[in-house]
Amino acid sequence: MSFLNYLIGGISLGSVYAIIALGYTMVYGIAKMLNFAHGDVIMIGAFTVFIATTQAGIHPLAAILLAMVICTVMGILIERIAYRPLRGAASPLAVLITAIGVSYLLQNLALLWFGSNAKSFKSVVTIPPLRLAGGALIISGETIVTIIACIVIMIGLTTFINKTKPGQAMLAVSEDQGAARLMGINVNGIIALTFAIGSALAAIAGVLLCSSYPSLDPYTGSMPGIKAFVAAVFGGIGSIPGAMIGGILLGVIEIFGRAYISAQMADAIVFAVLIVVLLVRPTGLLGKKIQEKV
Amino acid sequence: MAMLEVKNLHVYYGMIHAIKDVSFEVNEGEIIALIGANGAGKTTILHTISGLIGARSGSIMFEGKETTKIPAHELVSMGMAQVPEGRRVFAQMSVYQNLRMGAYTRKDKSELDSTLEMVFKRFPRLKERLGQPAGTLSGGEQQMLAMGRALMSHPKIILMDEPSMGLSPILVNEIFDIIKSVNEAGTTVLLVEQNARKALMVADRAYVLETGRIVNSGDAKELMNDDSIRKAYLGE
Repeated sequence: MSFLNYLIGGISLGSVYAIIALGYTMVYGIAKMLNFAHGDVIMIGAFTVFIATTQAGIHPLAAILLAMVICTVMGILIERIAYRPLRGAASPLAVLITAIGVSYLLQNLALLWFGSNAKSFKSVVTIPPLRLAGGALIISGETIVTIIACIVIMIGLTTFINKTKPGQAMLAVSEDQGAARLMGINVNGIIALTFAIGSALAAIAGVLLCSSYPSLDPYTGSMPGIKAFVAAVFGGIGSIPGAMIGGILLGVIEIFGRAYISAQMADAIVFAVLIVVLLVRPTGLLGKKIQEKV
Repeated sequence: MAMLEVKNLHVYYGMIHAIKDVSFEVNEGEIIALIGANGAGKTTILHTISGLIGARSGSIMFEGKETTKIPAHELVSMGMAQVPEGRRVFAQMSVYQNLRMGAYTRKDKSELDSTLEMVFKRFPRLKERLGQPAGTLSGGEQQMLAMGRALMSHPKIILMDEPSMGLSPILVNEIFDIIKSVNEAGTTVLLVEQNARKALMVADRAYVLETGRIVNSGDAKELMNDDSIRKAYLGE
């Protein structure tokens, strides 16, 4: 039974990674940049919910909506102020370094506003745990909500991209920005939309993460952010199903590593797996080799 | 008044003065060809007109409106479409999705189907391959898709960049027949071509470009009989 418990715990943690990885992979696919500040948006989302529920007494669901709005606005502003002016810069490193700078800026603003002490985050989930097999297998409410949220987000995002006009425009921009502009697509608008969606998802991920692992400080988003980035690369960066599969696999590997190999080594195992995957399949699990006739 | 009027255009690529004082005009209903060797600046001119590259100085008037400051994506809804060099279809999207992207700026949804029918009538092969990823089409089919995609926006003027590049002679003839018939159906065409002979055969007028400057221009048939043109571009 403990195996099943670990597996479910891994899928749950992996679902959070997957939701974060979606933001990385969409931004990479469409704006061709790595937004290393993405992890810190998670932390901002979690702090928003924490303050809204504990200090303003707002209902948790309303607080989550508020966090999504704040993170969305933040994502759009970060893109507009920090990244857009550097688009078309001589070196793609300029925007990468800026993203790292934005990451530190967000962490230090949080340090200034909220202090360095870890806050104990009260779970927003009120669903009772599911007891199976006569109590041998307990699935927490947080786990259930996290996995369901991940599935709903995946279906919603896939439908959005395949069935709506802005979704199709995102695909077009990810393939060829110049040709997309010649179709009349406002590429800057589509990139802003991508940041908006990724950041709203980051807010959800932040709340889910802190509901399962209830310690919140200004660096809370940093490690999950890096791991979600690994998950996105693992699955094939730029690929949405890849981010999903990469995230979940990474969560399972981490929890199994922690349980069966070594708790101290769990993170090292995660990164070792990434290195192996990239050696064997440099484009990640679902990364496409583009075949085009010329 | 000309539909498209380019006046004293100068374009730079970094330090390189790519387009030097180019002026020309395209009247409604015409096929105008810009011919010249590789690197003469033909594509640069098209990209400046469609807003992908900024001009250093000079003006571009489209239906009486200065367009050098208008972003590329807004020009499409004003009635300008481009078939880019190398086709640049969205390889991983289906033929149908590509065509829908061509109609991205269209507000009149009810008329989309009739435009689609028109495109299928012109390019029956696209209809057969509707659900296929565009990247799996042959070069000729991709060229047809790129043209069909441009027509989906219902343009007043269509800018075509090297439509014959890399195609077999039979397909080249087919593509030029289509350009002619698109024009006869009422769309003005600005054609950029290295295949000067074919371009001069379909065009009404033509401009000859050499290292960023217009060195000759006039009636297409007369240019075809011009000795210097025959020597330099028609290989005679």
